[in-house]
Amino acid sequence: MGRSPAPRVEARQLDKLAGYPFVVVAWVDDAGYPMSVATDFSIDAERGVVTLRQPAGEAAAIPTDRAVSVLGSHIRPTPGQGYDERRYQQLWGTAADAGEGSVVVTPTRAWGWDETEVPFFEYSERSVPQSRRYLAELSREKGRIIRPRLSAGWLFLRTTRLPFLSATAVPVLLGIAVAARGGTFDLGLALLTVIGAALAHLAINVSNDIFDTLSGADAANVTPTPFSGGSRVLLYDLLTLRQLIALDLALLGGAAAIGLALVWATGSATLLWIGIAGIALGIGYTAPPVKLVYRGLGEIGVAIGFGPIMLLGAYVVQTGSLSWEAVVASIPVAILVALILYVNEIPDRVGDAAAGKGTLPVRLPQGVVTGVYLAAAGLAFAVVVVGVIARVLPVATLLALLAAPLVWQVYGGIRRYYAQPYALMPVMGTNIKVHLYVGLLLLAGYGVAIVATPAP
Amino acid sequence: MAWLSQPVVRLLDEALVGELTVIGAGGQPITHPLIPLYDGERILMHSSTLFSRKLEHIKRNPHVSVALTDPIALRGLPDRATIQGTARIIEDDPHSQWERLILDLWRKKEPVIDAFLRMRVALPLFFERAVIEITPQRCLYWVDGDTSRTPVVTTAPGERAA
Repeated sequence: MGRSPAPRVEARQLDKLAGYPFVVVAWVDDAGYPMSVATDFSIDAERGVVTLRQPAGEAAAIPTDRAVSVLGSHIRPTPGQGYDERRYQQLWGTAADAGEGSVVVTPTRAWGWDETEVPFFEYSERSVPQSRRYLAELSREKGRIIRPRLSAGWLFLRTTRLPFLSATAVPVLLGIAVAARGGTFDLGLALLTVIGAALAHLAINVSNDIFDTLSGADAANVTPTPFSGGSRVLLYDLLTLRQLIALDLALLGGAAAIGLALVWATGSATLLWIGIAGIALGIGYTAPPVKLVYRGLGEIGVAIGFGPIMLLGAYVVQTGSLSWEAVVASIPVAILVALILYVNEIPDRVGDAAAGKGTLPVRLPQGVVTGVYLAAAGLAFAVVVVGVIARVLPVATLLALLAAPLVWQVYGGIRRYYAQPYALMPVMGTNIKVHLYVGLLLLAGYGVAIVATPAP
Repeated sequence: MAWLSQPVVRLLDEALVGELTVIGAGGQPITHPLIPLYDGERILMHSSTLFSRKLEHIKRNPHVSVALTDPIALRGLPDRATIQGTARIIEDDPHSQWERLILDLWRKKEPVIDAFLRMRVALPLFFERAVIEITPQRCLYWVDGDTSRTPVVTTAPGERAA
């Protein structure tokens, strides 16, 4: 007596199929068309086989001389919406007559998807190469370029990651407010500063995208979110590299022109050096040979760039000089903007590690990463308190402490969803609010201080 | 020409998911759960370019079948049917052609799609789509979904017999 054949597919694949109430068996009929029919089934995990009830009638009889597929599929209807809980499991093999109105299939291959195991967004991201291949082939077939598209507005928003401009608005406006509290305010220069800083920020975003795509970092990240993983416009073929470089140069050119105009208007060499340092930090964040983010220095680079450099730059435009108050005011903003990056790096850490990007979440264990978040955020609020006690910051800036409870929410969220990129999305959103709200509350504090200061 | 029986048309109208089987490069059957739409004459299915292997298979061999089997996906209808036919891929403009062809039918079955479409900026490749237009040629129908009973087989006028 022969031994049972060894299972050809993993037992867990058979186990997954066992959970479905029936299966759909498919084959190619003698006329060359696929035929498929639902039937009852049972699994013999030890033998690694699926036993199928033979459907009635010649037209629906499962053949025993060719390949068949066996599929279990599930959805849950959601009235007024559609459906969810999508999953399916498919096996391939050859059927053999098992007598008593049944056939047995020994599967040799298996494939399936369960959105509770691989979320839809990740499943889609893993399929991007297939989309590119398909559209390239379609372009060849049609004799014209066929590429994915977005409307110009959405494409600009996605390419530049426009919503992240709050990271620039907060320090620039705060720098202007600190200067105004000291009695110096020029509306025209303030507007130019905001526009120039915004263009510089967008240019840096685009530069980083170019280098992250060329280095393979974006392709290695299969769990991007709206807050992390880059714009992916090159990866998705929404823009060509040439188009992206042209956009980057245009943004950089605009930022440089405004920066030079401000240097000329203020006659401040300090401003020139601040601007040069800012652009160098932004480009060097991902660009070789500096590649700060690859060396575990990305978070510090972002803290300096979107903290002291932006804030002091805006302050110097108004006053022509530096001040300790502006430096102190920039510290909480710097810490909190670095924490935006830091938390956004958590879902990216697997792809970043694969691409050689040594961000702090790549380098540090989970417990340290979450602990550092809490300590750093606490430090940001402590600086405000100490700044007030030391009479460097106005008392009303203590309003910033109102945002402190959000830090606890983020801390709880990153601890709970550390390994779940998509569950982290609302946490990342709240973390951005921490920076924005603290910035707005500091601005409000300065507003109160400016109003309360008697006119000279 | 519309020739499918009313019970089968009702299954097509209600189905949230059907099983599209195509023929792979090696001649093997490959089945994909997809939402089927029906315009009164042809079955319309669709696929993002992200999941476009099925489209490549159909372009190589246009013979397909669509099975309607799951009472849950059929919103309580117990009957079952399998429709064999020939498919054509409509892909001249994957960005917007599908919207003109199937969006109205799609949103009737899956209203949430409008919310996703508003987020197109977040899912740009998902909404680059091709339409699979299937001309039914043969239909097997099981009353009460009981496949232990011989199906009723009908064919399109002028097509091969059972």
